[in-house]
Formats: sequence, C-alpha cells, structure tokens
Amino acid sequence: MMKLAGVAGIFLVGFFGAVAYADPAEDTLILNEDIKMVTKTAAPAHLSDVMDEVYSGWLFRGTETRAMQADDFDNPGMLFVEQAEGVWNTVEGSEDKSCASCHGASEEMAGVKAVYPKWNETAGEVRTIEMQVNDCRENQMGAEKWGYTSGNMVNMTALLASVSRGMPVNVAIDGPAQSVWEDGKELYYTRTGQLEMSCANCHEDNYGSMIRADHLSQGQINAFPVYRLKNTKLNAVHSRFKGCVRDTRAETYSAGSPEFIALELYVSSRGNGLSVEGPSVRN
Amino acid sequence: MADGVKPRVKVPKTASAGDTITIKTLISHKMESGQRKDGDGNVIPRSIINRFTCDFNGQNVIDITLEAAISTNPYFEFQAIVPEAGEFKFTWYDDDGSVYEETKEISVS
Amino acid sequence: MELTRRSVLQLGAGILVVASVPLKAFAAGEDLIESFTGGADIAEGGVTLTAPEIAENGNTVPIEVDAPGASEILVLAMGNPTPNVATFKFGALSASHSASTRIRLAGTQEVVAIAKMQDGSFARASATVKVTIGGCGG
Repeated sequence: MMKLAGVAGIFLVGFFGAVAYADPAEDTLILNEDIKMVTKTAAPAHLSDVMDEVYSGWLFRGTETRAMQADDFDNPGMLFVEQAEGVWNTVEGSEDKSCASCHGASEEMAGVKAVYPKWNETAGEVRTIEMQVNDCRENQMGAEKWGYTSGNMVNMTALLASVSRGMPVNVAIDGPAQSVWEDGKELYYTRTGQLEMSCANCHEDNYGSMIRADHLSQGQINAFPVYRLKNTKLNAVHSRFKGCVRDTRAETYSAGSPEFIALELYVSSRGNGLSVEGPSVRN
Repeated sequence: MADGVKPRVKVPKTASAGDTITIKTLISHKMESGQRKDGDGNVIPRSIINRFTCDFNGQNVIDITLEAAISTNPYFEFQAIVPEAGEFKFTWYDDDGSVYEETKEISVS
Repeated sequence: MELTRRSVLQLGAGILVVASVPLKAFAAGEDLIESFTGGADIAEGGVTLTAPEIAENGNTVPIEVDAPGASEILVLAMGNPTPNVATFKFGALSASHSASTRIRLAGTQEVVAIAKMQDGSFARASATVKVTIGGCGG
C-alpha cells in the first residue's frame, strides 16, 4: 500500500511541479565542546528496506536553533534539568526517601534512558521512563504519582535523558517486548483521521520536504523531551504524538495509553544508533 | 514573587587582570507579554522582568531595560572587563516587585 | 482522495507566509526613535545588528547588537504591537559594548538598533527578519 502511495506521490510531484526540498544540514553536534553526539548513522536493521540513514531532528533545524543546543548554558531546557536535579535530591513521600537515596547521584543513571521504553519482567509490561518514575514514586517513596506530561515529570525525564547524552539509543525490539513493538509498528503505518495520514506519510515518505516553512524531519524521538521555541517549554513524547494525531484530524489517544506506549517503543527503535540528545532545542 | 523563577549564570572562574570575559545569564521566567487573552477573552496582564543589571565590585557592567518582546526565559550574553579579583552581582527586577539575585566570584591569576 | 492529500502537502510546501508590517506600529517605532535621539541626525553604520534571515520561530529569535564606543543601544521591532524590545546601557566595566539576547517577533518585520555613542552622536542598523509559519506542528 505504501509503494502505491509512493508512486502516486511521484506522479503528483511531476503534475504540480517541483516540491521544495532541502537536505538535512551538514553539521556535527559537539556538546559543550566535549561530547560528540551521533546525529546521523546507518539505519537499524529493521528499517534497512525503507531507508539507509537515520537523522536526528537536530539536522533539520536552522543554524541558530542548532547552536542553541550545543551549549548547556545556551540550552533553555537545561534550566529545567537543574530544577529536576533539586527534586532528585529532595526527600518526599511516606518512606522519607529522595530519588538519590536509592539511585545515588543523577549521573549514576547514565545509560538508563537509552534503553527505554523496555520490558519490565516483574510488572509483565513494557514501560516508558515516565511509568517507571511513577512506579518508584508510588511504591518505593510512598509519594504521589506525577501527571504523565506534567511539569515535574517532563523535567525529570529531561534530567534522566541529559545524563545519557552521547550514548546510543538501544531499545530492544525482540523478546517479550516484541508484540508491543509490532503493535507500535502497525500504528506507525496506519492512516488515520480526516486527512487519512499515517506517521510514515510524513516522516518516512517525505522527510526533507518543506511543509510550509517547516523542514520535515524523520520524526525521531532520540532527542526528547524537547524545549520548543514555539511554546518555550519542555515537551514530552506523548504530547507530541497527541499533537501529530490531532493534526491528521483524528481522535487522539491519551498520554500514557497502551497505543502511545507501543508507538513510543517502535519510534524509539527507528532511532537505534542515534545518540540520546534530550533535552533538545527545536522550533 | 512569580513562581519557579530561577537564575543561571555562567562566569569563568579565573581570568588575568584586565582580561575581557564573556558572561551568559539565563533566568526561568514566563515573561507574560500582556498581549495574550485567556479562555474568556480577557487580556492576561503583563508580568515580565523589566530590568537586569550586572555589577562588579560595585561598578556597573551593563544595565538592560527589558520590554515584553524579550522571550520567555530571558537570556543575555555580554562582555566584561575584569580589573581585579572580586564578585559579580546579577540582579533581575520583576514587574510584581520581586527582585532576583545571583552572585559569582572570580579570581585573578 | 489521494490527489487531495498529496496536493495539500505539495502545494503547502515551501510557501513562506510573509506578514505585512502594520503601518501603525511602524509610526510608533519611528516615534520611539525620535524620543531616544531627540531628533538628532543618525548615521548609518557604527552599530551592527545580527539577526537570522529566517527565524525558525517568532517566539524566540536570537539577536546580537554591537557598537564599539556606545553608551546605550535601543532595539526596536518595528512591526510588533509595541515596538520596544530592550535598551542596553553599558557601564564602566563593559568590555565590548555588545550584547546578545532572544526576542519575540510577531511577524516578518524590520528590527532596528539605534546606538547612542559616548560622544553624543547616534548610529543605526537594521535587519529584516522573516518570521515563518511552520507546518503541521505549527
């Protein structure tokens, strides 16, 4: 079905004239003049039949936006990482613990974000990092759960991402997570909404094209949470999924729903090999 | 005092006497412009940081008047001369009367 | 149906939406310049304004002003509802009489920097920044 759409697309390109297209930027992201980030790499094996290379959304943004992310001081998202650092070390809940009581310094969490979402054997489910944070809060700290896309939660995911920056995304797509991954993959390729568009229509078939003045990326999520210049705050993955589904004029799923968990696992795996980049700066 | 306002300042730890250094400052603040309307159509009143100053050992480096067109989480980068060791003092003034401060020491080699 | 979807994407591609400069705001901007300079002559050059040609988002546009020997620089966004952006006053320990910040632009417009030099003269620089409308995600 995709191939048919692709052929139709080529026919229509000829019909309507050349589509505005721009290559992703030729640029290297060296964070704080120190950590070399992988923003472009060979596509993971499961994608080899549809694309050769995967690109971080960073390469689709303008010069000034890219520069804003290269320095932890210029990056406004890091303001919120600092706030989360404070929370990390603050005792909360009936058990009189802080995150640090069990986990030590936040730096000790390096490598964790890179493998999420992942299968949790004890719980018998695939978990996103937000689900795991809330599990710790509720069951280890005796504290109240945070709203899935609340300020507290997105700041914490930013902190957890920040200590994994430079490490390759590496989510498991086989084993017990496989059926959830397959569900996510199906969602990715299913057309929905009044506009009858799937994720793939934009992010696989048309990345690099201009949609009005926006440079369409591959829709990778290695760089979440994202500080968007547009709303000057951190945005969570599921918030972005909601926005995209809404933009196809479809009834959207909710943050934390099984559909979005599956989609997050699948979309993360499309970026396996790219560096964890969050918190990133985008338009 | 506006909620969650937190300053961040980047100043080199040392410099040679007479050096020029680059200072970066960021503060988390909504900078409500006074242009937006709420759900009922009422204008949300302006509430911004309206002034930022940087002083070193009592002498002024820069004094900035901010208007509503400065983005949320105001960011400034500027350069200062470091004549001797001492302390940089950064002050942000909020429309609501709050004053936020941050200081950074610098030593001279 | 496929025709419609594709055509929406193709036709929409690459169109920069250019907002026209509201004349009322422009007059207000000129007034602000008048009151800053007291009607004195303004030279071109002597102050540099660095701004992106195309701003990825009007909400956060990075700019830099630089005027060696200036005591003050006024920055105006001529097309904003209120053109005043910021005034930078340089103190005794200011090294380069330059500053960078991030501003909000309501639409494509001219950004103007007027520098007041230590000798009392004035200088002007301006840059047109295109503020674009994004695609789906806005």
